Amino acid sequence: MNKEDIINILSEVKDPEIPVLSISDLGILRAVEYNDDAVEIRITPTYSGCPAMDVIREDIRSVLAKHGLKNVEIKQVLSPAWTTEWMSEAGKQKLKAYGIAPPSSQACSSAGEDQPSACPHCHSENIELISRFGSTACKALYRCLDCQEPFDYFKCH
Amino acid sequence: MDLISTYIIHLADNALILGHRNSEWTGHGPILEQDIAISNIALDLVGQARNFYQLAAAQLNELMPGENITEDDLAYLRDVNEFTNLILVEQSNGDWAKTILRQFYFSTYQGLLYNELLKSASSEIAGISEKSLKETRYHIKWSSEWVTRLGDGTEESHTRMLDAMQSLNPWIAEIFTPVDFEYEAASSGTGILPEILKGEWYRRVNSILDAATLPQLSSENQPMQILSGKNGVHSEHLGNLLAEMQFLQREYPGSSW
Repeated sequence: MNKEDIINILSEVKDPEIPVLSISDLGILRAVEYNDDAVEIRITPTYSGCPAMDVIREDIRSVLAKHGLKNVEIKQVLSPAWTTEWMSEAGKQKLKAYGIAPPSSQACSSAGEDQPSACPHCHSENIELISRFGSTACKALYRCLDCQEPFDYFKCH
Repeated sequence: MDLISTYIIHLADNALILGHRNSEWTGHGPILEQDIAISNIALDLVGQARNFYQLAAAQLNELMPGENITEDDLAYLRDVNEFTNLILVEQSNGDWAKTILRQFYFSTYQGLLYNELLKSASSEIAGISEKSLKETRYHIKWSSEWVTRLGDGTEESHTRMLDAMQSLNPWIAEIFTPVDFEYEAASSGTGILPEILKGEWYRRVNSILDAATLPQLSSENQPMQILSGKNGVHSEHLGNLLAEMQFLQREYPGSSW
């Protein structure tokens, strides 16, 4: 067992609120150390009050325990603060396939309006904001004016 | 308790009490999307409060080994006069206009404060501020849009905003009136004196009030302050809030789920 094996095992840990994304896809898994059977893991929350963090800690422990790793320390780091820039390209594709518009890299990098590039269902760019706050802290709610479907947008952060 | 720990607890108390007030709207928001919005803001604030309480607890345990103080002790087992939040944030929700204005006044202040705390001599305070500032920017944007929409809306919504201003304006002066723990935090480089944010706060607030066709605020002619939340002298609202928020831990000490 080495560090890479542990990182592979941890890809089984998903965000309970967006179960298609692993904690590494999301960029909240910051570091893994492995020495003499002791594992130290550093994670960072997406939002301060993200209720998924407690579940994620439990899931990390239980998935590592399944592989015989019981000496696990999980530390929360706040700085540098999590940003959607840390979300992997693969993660963004998975989000889109799941029906959530991924953070648009153009919108996130410029001072422009933070909005999705297109409807994740029909790919139309004819969309409007319903609410800046969605079903979880990290999402906003949009509506497609062509296919009429409402959809979640993973906000730039 | 040392003054720096009190300063950190003050930052936590502001976030917790306003977060709790906002959570009272959950299930009662005027429309579903705004119910979700105010609940999300509540969640952000309670999360920020947890980070500050955890930091304060760690610091207190270092100063007083064996006490084993936790974030829950700080949130659930202190009495009214031990809370150091601003009077503004404990005010009752009233109608949507009052809730919005309270959020707008506070978030504008909190955004300016976190921005200064990025330079804190405490790397933990700087880290929490860096994290929180991103969330606060959303709160400022959302509440500014609502102030404008209501102020420049119908006669009814405009009148309600005027009533909200009358009710909340007396609590603005306290924000910028420094107390012991702020002097100590500023001199140690951990925190700042709130006065340095005053000019910018009035500029930003007045620019939105202007867009909302609401009267401008003046930093002069502030009413004399008798209550001081930062010194633990609160309005009657906080006791009622705590009675509800702390009920479970008081009735069933140490319970968890």
